[in-house]
Amino acid sequence: MLTPFKRPSVLPGFWPAFSYTALYLALIVLTPLSAIFLKAVTSSWEHLWKVISAPNVVASYRLSFGASLVAGLISVAVGFLVAWVLVRYEFPGKALADALVDLPFALPTAVAGIALTSLYTESGWVGRYLTPLGIKVAFTPLGVVVALTFIGLPFVVRSVQPVLADADRELEEAAASLGATRRQIFWRVILPIVRPALFTGFALALARALGEYGSVIFISGNMPMKTEITPLLIVTKLEQYDYAGATAIAAVMLIASFTLLLGVNALQRRTRRFMETE
Amino acid sequence: MKHTLRTISALMLGSALFAAGPVKLLNVSYDPTRELYQDIDSAFAKQWKAKTGVDVQISQSHGGSGKQARSVIDGLQADVVTLGLAYDIDSIAEHAHLLPANWQTRLPNNSTPYTSTIVFLVRKGNPKHIKDWEDLVKPGVSVITPNPKTSGGARWSYLAAWGYALKKNNGDDKKAEEFVTRLYKNVPVLDSGARGSTTTFAQRGIGDVLLSWENEAFLALNELGKDKVEVITPAISILAEPPVAVVDKVAAKHGTAEVAKAYLEFLYSEEGQEIGAKNYYRARSAQALAKFPNRFPTLQLFTVDELFGGWQKAQKRHFEDGGVFDRIYGAGK
Repeated sequence: MLTPFKRPSVLPGFWPAFSYTALYLALIVLTPLSAIFLKAVTSSWEHLWKVISAPNVVASYRLSFGASLVAGLISVAVGFLVAWVLVRYEFPGKALADALVDLPFALPTAVAGIALTSLYTESGWVGRYLTPLGIKVAFTPLGVVVALTFIGLPFVVRSVQPVLADADRELEEAAASLGATRRQIFWRVILPIVRPALFTGFALALARALGEYGSVIFISGNMPMKTEITPLLIVTKLEQYDYAGATAIAAVMLIASFTLLLGVNALQRRTRRFMETE
Repeated sequence: MKHTLRTISALMLGSALFAAGPVKLLNVSYDPTRELYQDIDSAFAKQWKAKTGVDVQISQSHGGSGKQARSVIDGLQADVVTLGLAYDIDSIAEHAHLLPANWQTRLPNNSTPYTSTIVFLVRKGNPKHIKDWEDLVKPGVSVITPNPKTSGGARWSYLAAWGYALKKNNGDDKKAEEFVTRLYKNVPVLDSGARGSTTTFAQRGIGDVLLSWENEAFLALNELGKDKVEVITPAISILAEPPVAVVDKVAAKHGTAEVAKAYLEFLYSEEGQEIGAKNYYRARSAQALAKFPNRFPTLQLFTVDELFGGWQKAQKRHFEDGGVFDRIYGAGK
């Protein structure tokens, strides 16, 4: 099913709306991005290649993308559960819990980073119970995942919550009356409804995690080859006055993130289309 | 008619000049100098007012030395810069041409009114018995220092350790690299700046010893209390020279060249020297130092020029991408 390019809509006129969108994307998004690429190519290709393929930089890609993906997946699982509880149950302090979900949005990320680090160091409130079990969180890749999950969770909750609230409960009741088990109801009825929202939440959490700086640098320990995230290396290059090198790494990150998000969006569109045809 | 216009415009110009208020000066500095320049600023403003009748209002900007230099290169309107190491002011001269390359010869003592050094801050009672550099590489000792690629203070610490090992091994470069490698094996976390490391050590209780500017160590001692930490001065360390300079082009644009120069010269005056010593900087003036007996233990000090052939060379060999520091972490090529 193809959507026609032009379709009657409540907004006044297609062309003004479309032109505005194009202008907005060009001015606010594309101009700074092209500036990055232009700045990067002021240096020789050889230098740029050397910068973006240096062992510590490659190690940072692995950490940044790996930890962001893991954190995004955790956010999807836990975020769905939180949204479910907030939508389906009544309990004292629900309004408070609902507001708490947004807190990571508002908190300066450095504050979050410092708070998480104090919690998870060997002498911290949480860390002191984990250390005897041999689990180290602060200054390890695990710590990076913890910080990224913290900031990613609200994206999933806020994407899924309204969809879940709108979902027709009668569908579930109908399924149950037709003899579906709980598991079947979850996999065959509920999940298809919220799947596009879960993808949206995942994409948002992932994008946010990839660009995150403030909260991570406190808990990661910033050890070369082990716990340096890519944004930190960009800042490090800037501090060394290597603007071309910094923008080269930024460009790599940008292209990779864009491809990744494009993939997630494509998946989301497919599930939505699948829903519509069914 | 023409006359009246001219009179009016002259009057307006005059009143504009009159209403311009105090002369404004921006001093862009590095992290641990907050307290020092608060004292300096008020003392200098008083003196300048007495001497010229003009009010001067000095604003301060603080941050990591390298980051501050970058801000000035990117257009932060600094009349004077007072940074952690000469290399950062060199960078301003090289990348933005805001002051001549020979800036360091314009004021006495390499444009460094005070010096400092790198000392150790340890936990009360010194439970790991850390007395000198050799103790830092022992197994089980956890050392806190920031990343020398981003922190000026950390570069001084790194070079201090290297210099110690050079002196001990009769200038054997290989042995020095081995020593510094072992030292960084004992570092569990690399913060990006000096203040970050102080927080890691003091607030979060991580590590047995913090490599720190001498003045920063004393500030931490005062703040945390003598029942929490101790300052240990090693037998040998580096002579840290944080330099100062007028940013010519910016000062010329603001018309503040004269007051900016006087501001820096004030640092060398007896009064300025005493304020420096009071804030735990090693003043150049013996007289000022004498007012604070027992504050600065004597130790053997070496300079970057002596052992490393200057900052440009040290930077290139040790801290640039693919340099010795990268090699230590297996990140070099």
